[in-house]
Amino acid sequence: MTDKLSSQFVTRYLSRYGSVVMLAVLVILMSFASKQFLTVDNLTNVARQVSIFAIIGAGMTFVIITAGIDLSVGSIVALSACVGMTVIDRTEMDFLGIGIGILVGALCGAANGTVVAWFRIPPFIATLAGLTVFRGLSLVITDGIPIIRFTGSFRFIGQGMIGGIPVPVIIMAIVVTATQILLRRTAFGAYVYAVGGNEEAARLSGIKVAWIKFWSYVLCGFLTGISGMILMARLSSAQPAVGEGFELDAIAAVVLGGTSLMGGRGAVWSTLIGALVIGILGNGMNLMGVHSHYQLVAKGVLIVLAVLLDNYLKKRR
Amino acid sequence: MSSSSSSNRLIASDASEAVRPGDSPGRNSRSSLVLENISKTFPGVQALKNVFFEVKGGEVHALIGENGAGKSTLLKILSGAHQADAGVIRINGRQVVIEDPRAARKLGIAIIYQELMLVPWLNVAHNLYLGRETHFSRGLLPLQRMVAGARDELQKIGIDLDPTVPVAELGMAEQQMVEIARALIENAQFLLMDEPTASLTEREIEILFEKIKVLRDSGVAIVYISHRLEEIQKIADRVTVLRDGEVVHSGAVADATMSDLISKMVGRPISSHFPARTPAKGQELLRVEPSPGNTRSRAVVVHAGEVVGLAGLVGAGRTDWAWRLIGAAPARGERTFLSGRPVEISSPYRARELGIGMVPENRKDHGLVLARTVRENMSMTILDRLANWCGFINLSNQSNSCSLYVDRLNIRCSSDAVECGTLSGGNQQKIVLAKWLVRDCRMIILDEPTRGIDVGTKSEMYKLINELSQDHKAIVLISSDLPELLSMSDRIYVMHLGDFVAELDARETNQEEVMHFAFGYFDRGSP
Repeated sequence: MTDKLSSQFVTRYLSRYGSVVMLAVLVILMSFASKQFLTVDNLTNVARQVSIFAIIGAGMTFVIITAGIDLSVGSIVALSACVGMTVIDRTEMDFLGIGIGILVGALCGAANGTVVAWFRIPPFIATLAGLTVFRGLSLVITDGIPIIRFTGSFRFIGQGMIGGIPVPVIIMAIVVTATQILLRRTAFGAYVYAVGGNEEAARLSGIKVAWIKFWSYVLCGFLTGISGMILMARLSSAQPAVGEGFELDAIAAVVLGGTSLMGGRGAVWSTLIGALVIGILGNGMNLMGVHSHYQLVAKGVLIVLAVLLDNYLKKRR
Repeated sequence: MSSSSSSNRLIASDASEAVRPGDSPGRNSRSSLVLENISKTFPGVQALKNVFFEVKGGEVHALIGENGAGKSTLLKILSGAHQADAGVIRINGRQVVIEDPRAARKLGIAIIYQELMLVPWLNVAHNLYLGRETHFSRGLLPLQRMVAGARDELQKIGIDLDPTVPVAELGMAEQQMVEIARALIENAQFLLMDEPTASLTEREIEILFEKIKVLRDSGVAIVYISHRLEEIQKIADRVTVLRDGEVVHSGAVADATMSDLISKMVGRPISSHFPARTPAKGQELLRVEPSPGNTRSRAVVVHAGEVVGLAGLVGAGRTDWAWRLIGAAPARGERTFLSGRPVEISSPYRARELGIGMVPENRKDHGLVLARTVRENMSMTILDRLANWCGFINLSNQSNSCSLYVDRLNIRCSSDAVECGTLSGGNQQKIVLAKWLVRDCRMIILDEPTRGIDVGTKSEMYKLINELSQDHKAIVLISSDLPELLSMSDRIYVMHLGDFVAELDARETNQEEVMHFAFGYFDRGSP
């Protein structure tokens, strides 16, 4: 009896915090595998790399909890960077460029949201179209030529440090905390869960389902715009081809965190854990000298394993 | 595992003995399907009690009864979806076990459901042989031979259809013919039809009846379930009436008048667990007038403090009407007045703003977010009030208003932080109701609020309905349980084919009268 209870407790705990356990195991393995892993320099580096995906992943979490998906985030990164950099180039006003870049991200999200919520196009199709359109627009704006600027205060948000902590990491911490609070403490967050958990019940309860979906995509686009600015600042350039494949890492982070693609369940903090797992795995393999081609294979396998484990634990529960 | 599969084989060989392949559609006219003393209990309800039912090759046997009388349970037992708790099923005198739908098919039992089970964008021939393609080939399908085979089969049965046409392009009646043809190709001796005319036009019904007669004359045994009594007079030879899971009448159709049959269907005992009602009728709150030009339907009026019942057969349109009223389904030209003023309720959001809430019939699909907690579900309707100017939820107000109703409705859960999916049906139903109580709605529509919940919770629900009407709330009660409807309502509207055909005082009417209207017989008694 107590055995059964304790095993139930363990599975329940594991199914909720499975991603944390996975992260802990990974950290322990890596620190044994490589001496350089547990150094301040390396961990700072990992955190800086992870921040971009974690910020996009935070927005993606909202979209996925509404039982949607956003495949266009990679292209939004490129478009917001290209527009932002163009503005900086023309006006020499760095923060205006950053503001407009982020706004472009939010507008892309609004476009996705409109097509999903009111035209009722399945999110997969709608944002697949967005992926092409936004990428195309970035090429149109830049004429396919990268814009490079090695000067300017805008680079601070990608390369700067505050008290020894990289600025992107600080932005990530703020974003993750704020969106986790948005999800768990506000009416909007409660509506997001309701719409994803049972759209019809939400509608009959008088919730404006279309608007909730719309704002989820806007939020995702907005945060992706922030990531686009960080990337632009880090690279000191805006390239129309940047961000390709980012959607996969962002979705992988959400899924590794245990958020259900069926909607209605999930959290932002667990997406952060998922992003850290992906980041540390990549970093660890780099340190061990695993060729980047094999890294892709390992990452894919890890995602399938993580979801398998998650399904297994949920069934036991 | 191995024993079950071997018994399956046994059944299959039994069936193939009974019907020699190749003699279709000329069937053994002495074939018979007999149910003896069949009983079936679900938690809280005895769905079937010692039911005896028999159908023979060459006859059409109608099965009728109120909603919930046990017809569909009987059908499910014959289809293998449910197992009887007690009793014997005999086919051609031999006792059989129907373990699952496959076994039923092998025994020659075919069921034509209301919703047809066809693949819309495959053609007729593909649908006819669906799941049996290996009959032709294990690899690529020989399309020409399939079409030719289908043409042969259709001709043999006398159905005039082009086998190359996609099913989606056929009319409802033709699709039904495809279903029937498929059943006959599988050598069905017993054809069970559940409300086959529900979505057919007059003309299509004629065609269907002609086909049914041809099949009957060729020796097929047909069980015909329908709410339309005039059809039963036309097509059936025998009729059996179920009431509360028991056979209350069985005999030749010619020997019973329609009025007799209706009287036999109704008359469930009104038990004493309904609390006494004290009418508290106040001002007119809601008035819905039918679309201009609809002279058949009456206006629906609901007063504050009144419980208005909506009676009707399944499919009469009560739920659709409720969904249209709250703007969850597109309106059909009805004009809605709230406290005398015309309003347009374009969405459930608008309905909520106007103080109208609905407890839907299907709580799992439409009422609750099962993966979220009791508290989250209950406060779903009042988040706009709980949130401050920048959207933050006042957690203590949230938890106070929820625990108030957890107590008041006596919702049994260890805390309001447990997921709704883990609770019993009765408790879930209370939570759906609580969603509208926390909102303090002026009017609540309850769609089958006591279906599938235990007796104890039912009587709690009745007490609540009374309390709410005392509290000047207007209640619209949709229920297929006539005793419940008669005891709990002040007035009753009866729906038939989408229209409100009668308005009755609940104290002066009786089950028989309500059912007459529900079946479409408006001059009480004489059909």
